[in-house]
Amino acid sequence: MNFLTSSDLAPIPTYRVMNSEGYLNDPNRQPPDVSNDQALTWYKNMLTVNILDTIMFEVQRQGRLSFYMVSAGEEAVTVGSAAALGPNDVITCQYRETGVFQQRGFTLKDFMSPLVANRNDPGKGRNMPVHYSGKQKTGVHAVASTLGTQIPHAVGAAYAFKMEAKENPTESPRVAACYFGDGAASEGDFHGALNMAATQDCPVIFICRNNGFAISTPTSEQYRGDGIASRGIGYGVDALRVDGTDIFAVYEATKEARRRALQDGGRPILIEFMSYRVSHHSTSDDSFAYRSKGEIESWKTGYNPLSRLRRWLENNGLWNETMEKETRSAIRKAVLAELTAAESEQKPALRAVFDDVYAELSEEQLAQKEELRRIMMKFPDEYDVESHEGGIAGL
Amino acid sequence: MSFPKLSRPLLRHAYSTSAKPRLNVPIDFNTTPLLHHNHKSFANTPGLPTGPSKRMTLYQAVNSALQTALASSNQVLCFGEDIAFGGVFRCTMGLQAEFGPDRVFNAPLTEQGIVGTAIGAAAEGMKPVVEIQFADYVFPAFDQIVNEASKFRYREGSTGGNLGGLVVRMPNGGVGHGALYHTQSPESLFCHIPGFRVVVPRSPSQAKGLLLSAILKSEDPVIFMEPKILYRAAVEQVPEESYVLPLSKAEVIKPGNDLTIISYGRPLYTCSAAIEAAERDFKGISIELIDLRTIYPWDRRTIIESVSRTGRAIVVHESMVNFGVGAEIAATLQDSAFLHLKAPVKRIAGWTTHTGLVYEKFIMPDVARVYDAIEQSLEY
Repeated sequence: MNFLTSSDLAPIPTYRVMNSEGYLNDPNRQPPDVSNDQALTWYKNMLTVNILDTIMFEVQRQGRLSFYMVSAGEEAVTVGSAAALGPNDVITCQYRETGVFQQRGFTLKDFMSPLVANRNDPGKGRNMPVHYSGKQKTGVHAVASTLGTQIPHAVGAAYAFKMEAKENPTESPRVAACYFGDGAASEGDFHGALNMAATQDCPVIFICRNNGFAISTPTSEQYRGDGIASRGIGYGVDALRVDGTDIFAVYEATKEARRRALQDGGRPILIEFMSYRVSHHSTSDDSFAYRSKGEIESWKTGYNPLSRLRRWLENNGLWNETMEKETRSAIRKAVLAELTAAESEQKPALRAVFDDVYAELSEEQLAQKEELRRIMMKFPDEYDVESHEGGIAGL
Repeated sequence: MSFPKLSRPLLRHAYSTSAKPRLNVPIDFNTTPLLHHNHKSFANTPGLPTGPSKRMTLYQAVNSALQTALASSNQVLCFGEDIAFGGVFRCTMGLQAEFGPDRVFNAPLTEQGIVGTAIGAAAEGMKPVVEIQFADYVFPAFDQIVNEASKFRYREGSTGGNLGGLVVRMPNGGVGHGALYHTQSPESLFCHIPGFRVVVPRSPSQAKGLLLSAILKSEDPVIFMEPKILYRAAVEQVPEESYVLPLSKAEVIKPGNDLTIISYGRPLYTCSAAIEAAERDFKGISIELIDLRTIYPWDRRTIIESVSRTGRAIVVHESMVNFGVGAEIAATLQDSAFLHLKAPVKRIAGWTTHTGLVYEKFIMPDVARVYDAIEQSLEY
């Protein structure tokens, strides 16, 4: 009677390409199949995310923004993986995937409009900051605060693409990918999704951002097994663990996962990107309450995804201190300029209160709208309608 | 040796009753006016096409709607637990054989996985019609329903992302022996957070048209609850062709002048029997019977117009009276038709308890309770 004991099994190894000095970890392997332009673009994208995050955190502290979530330490996870997905692939994510939006085409204006909830926000001012609606530009479903719910959505999208590929075999097939954290992977939706994906052979990539924390809960209190990658085998899903602070490893792993996900009509793949959540959980969190500054510093210096790629670029003569200074300064200026511009725009029209719950307003909603209008016109001083596009006429 | 004389006679059966019901007699589905026993009566029901028809039970009508939908568009999918062999209520019989395992398939035992996957597929243009085996088991999917599907179009905003074509079907309601976990009717829970259309058909011909409307026409996701006791019990003529019946439109099944009864699903048959008895006993009285059909967003205009005219209203539903659909209708009526009311709006519904196995007949609204409510309302 041989009980299978998890402690008997070796932990799943971590795939790495580049060491912390910016050189190939294995000098005998080929350099990553990445052009200089690609690498430079990724670096600038990571810098943009990093600077945007830093500024917007301060902006929240100044009271100009209600809420923000920084993704420091995970810039390579999001930029690198998004770089490996197809342009028409669809993504569902959690909330700390700013780099995905950046890599897939969001401009600073696209970030700022929803952050300040002005009339240019596709989400019409309905979502909290960092819960971007950007499907048309980026293929990412609108972000919700609920954790793990996005995982089976990617499975369903993948199934739709599988059917689509059967109908149109000459078109480029697509995959769906979902991002979720180490905490979200504890939710029942993770389990249901992996089972659905495996039994129906869906071309979906499950991307876990294991950053060590779910708010204050370290992974030692989140699960007892070997991370999230170890769960794949239980569902019949191939899995890989990757150093999430090494952008080349992230890119290669996602590229290969995508290739595998499209094999034989489709199958799910699970990738676990290991990193560390350098930032607080959000602007509503002070993480010094549950971890030491020393721990944060050691990850910030030892496993910094930006400095690692920067060293690679410098080792290859593609970057230097002057370019760094100029680029950072330019990004900072651009972020602040877009913020100011976004803050000067009006909020969306008030009809966004009732629109889009249903395709058409219900009779009851129409009646409620008239009631709200009646109240606002009876007590005009009690409601600030002018900050909304169209004022009361916009209702 | 002689046995002592028993003070009362030996019981011949495991239980017996001295009750001699006049009102609480079983519904005769072969003669109820709510069903089309021949297709001449199609003309009385708006929206039913008058072409060839076939005698079908409710589960056969649902099957016909699914088959029609699957045949009409490659986007339609049908999945859930035990779908492939035909489903525990036979609603999906023959569908996998006809349309193949890509379109009709079994899902693992995970309502949250099933509904979550359906949401993702619908977001990318498919029309997934998923089955929850019993309404009692929808709760693992509650988060996906109220936090995800209900809010999807709203949070997408101007990207236009939406879940039109998503239908979540489930059998609901009492069946006589379902007890706590095969009897529930949780429709009111899905009416509180807006975003879905919640539909309850009363008959096979209604079910086919409403379900086709939900799958093929609705731009909003739909929860479609099928009264399980009617799956076999309700048999009538059903049009063979494809047709749709409008969502969010109530139907006046029987016109009347003195009192309006509003209900949906299985209790309509109870109401019909109570109305028959009341109109017989209270001479000169005529009672209007309305089928809500879509519970939310509901056809407030038709109900308000009716009650403003009759001045009396009773709402009848199986699930508990507390915070149920009747509460919403009653509040709306007193707000919109206050001065027209000749009596308080009454709600005849399940008592505030759970549906214990041997107590179902005491808990669900029955003909005697509806008859009594009619009498009280008329005499107020």
